[in-house]
Amino acid sequence: MAQDAQEVLEKTPESGRILTVHDLHTYFHTASGIAKAVDGVSFTLDRGKTLGIVGESGSGKSVTAASVMRLLPKNGRIESGEIIFDDNDMVTIEKDKLLDLRGNDMAMIFQDPMTALDPVFKIGSQMIEQIRIHDHMSKAEARERSIEMLKLVGIPNPESRLNSYPYELSGGMCQRVMIAMAVSCHPKFVIADEPTTALDVTVQAQVLELLKDLQQQLDTAILLITHNLGIIWQMADTVMVMYAGRTCEYAPMEDLYARPLHPYTWGLLDSMPKLSDAGKTDLKTIPGVPPDLRLTGACCNFYNRCPYATEHCRTEVPKLKEILPGHFVACHRQNGVNKLTRGEVNAHE
Amino acid sequence: MADKNTQAPSADTLSEASTLEMLKRERRANNAWHKLSRNKTAVIGLVIVVIMVILAVFATFIAPQDPNAIDIAHTYLKPGAAGHIFGTDSYGRDLFSRIVYGARISIFVAIGGTIVGAVIGVLLGLVAGFFGGIVDSIIMRIMDGMMAFPFILLALILMTILGTGTLNVILAIGIANVPNFARIVRGQVHVVKNEEYCNAERVLGASNARIVFRHIFANALSPIIVYFTLNIASAIISEAALSFLGLGITPPTASWGNILSDGKNSLQLAPHIATISGIFILLTVLGFNLLGDGIRDVLDPKQKR
Repeated sequence: MAQDAQEVLEKTPESGRILTVHDLHTYFHTASGIAKAVDGVSFTLDRGKTLGIVGESGSGKSVTAASVMRLLPKNGRIESGEIIFDDNDMVTIEKDKLLDLRGNDMAMIFQDPMTALDPVFKIGSQMIEQIRIHDHMSKAEARERSIEMLKLVGIPNPESRLNSYPYELSGGMCQRVMIAMAVSCHPKFVIADEPTTALDVTVQAQVLELLKDLQQQLDTAILLITHNLGIIWQMADTVMVMYAGRTCEYAPMEDLYARPLHPYTWGLLDSMPKLSDAGKTDLKTIPGVPPDLRLTGACCNFYNRCPYATEHCRTEVPKLKEILPGHFVACHRQNGVNKLTRGEVNAHE
Repeated sequence: MADKNTQAPSADTLSEASTLEMLKRERRANNAWHKLSRNKTAVIGLVIVVIMVILAVFATFIAPQDPNAIDIAHTYLKPGAAGHIFGTDSYGRDLFSRIVYGARISIFVAIGGTIVGAVIGVLLGLVAGFFGGIVDSIIMRIMDGMMAFPFILLALILMTILGTGTLNVILAIGIANVPNFARIVRGQVHVVKNEEYCNAERVLGASNARIVFRHIFANALSPIIVYFTLNIASAIISEAALSFLGLGITPPTASWGNILSDGKNSLQLAPHIATISGIFILLTVLGFNLLGDGIRDVLDPKQKR
């Protein structure tokens, strides 16, 4: 799978490469069959860059992240593929090494900050604990570091806030604390799994701004998972659009917005409400539902919802190919000849 | 939305001081002691428990006489007799002194047994709940097997195996209590372990041991505390029952169960012996039960005021 894409990816200089995922397959073994939650995904991420993964619920975004972190639930297994993080093979890594990497070199920010902090411990004791797992320093030093980190993420009165319990903070504050904990050991790589979904829009903007700032200061690579294309636009350098466990499109951010190539990406972009259309038209949706992940893999996963599907799409799974420089797409209709253009969307309808 | 805004929002800073002040007040209002002190029945329970514990701890100073000093000339004295406010028993021993020393043994055995049961039960429950699968099945089936025996029967079996003696009573009561603790903790672990903060701890590099013994344990603590307190009450009854049946504390050491057992033999001649020791057992059990219920109310987050 995605061989063509991988060859090109491997040509890029290795210097700042922090994460390489190659042809990852993560399956869930359930009583009713094998769900192919991630079915052949490849991407790379460099220092200080942001890769945005976007897709609807159940497209495999979070499972991809969980695979990289090795946080899969018991019935989830990495069937094949490679995950190379900073010269460590994450698929075969030993437990001790993994514990050492987590929190130290890699960290994660969760969707709902109110539930991601342990409710029975004070913010300070959680931060101090987390710092002391990795760096052997005294409690007082760890406390100093915690205060520094809270300052860095813009929490007023950090000294007294250390004595607060999570329920005493707002969602935005909690998310800042989570971010402070995530970056307190200066990780090279942070996964942000829908970091702002549970926050209101103004706080969302502040948190994203904060993430961006910290990324510049610490030269961290971010894997940003979201279903919000607006956040991708604001944050990402490269975008990967996922659908039913596969990559549909993988492109530099500007390129994706300027020349989206996959019909699913068009659907996503069309279903974003625009201010200029307010009140004039109904919100566009993509008809149909995503396929059952236990049944995917025989044809193009988007076949049943795609307005441009042909017989070819039903019989063969499209491979990820580089159509424009650095711009990969997995669609039979975008194979050099007979190219689709987005203009046809409207022409067809 | 730039730096300035996120780093130092001035309005935020202004209200921050008063917010913290308010939080402090709220925290005080929700403080466990504060809430407990507003709960009348819990306070009654606490007072009884404290009195009994004081009796037990300071028995040497409180008891007017040696609890084992036999005085054949003055057996079966009625309560209120000179120098013996609770009277004397069949050997002429001062009943008040025996009750006071008995408090020491009974409460010590009850608390000790509960601690033994809690420590083993909590460990097994944490391990079973967290790791699940085959480990869980093995541990919990053994617990189910133990629970299939009536409590007193199980304790009796253990006592016959271990032999009499204070430490063995503690062990027997402790072991018989293990399954209850294991069950409660396991159930609680199942609730807590799927909370997102456990995942969050894990991605920040926490080991399984740290997650289980620090975070999950701390979050499962309130039902453990409640059950612990209530269990002391039932352990007091267990000790009394075992001693009553002659398998508990060996005479002449005074325990409430022993005194009750002695009193049984002279129920018609001197009913005060069984009555007074019975009342002490009843009061202490009631005290621990009221306190346990009070703690449950205090720790129940749904009852926050």
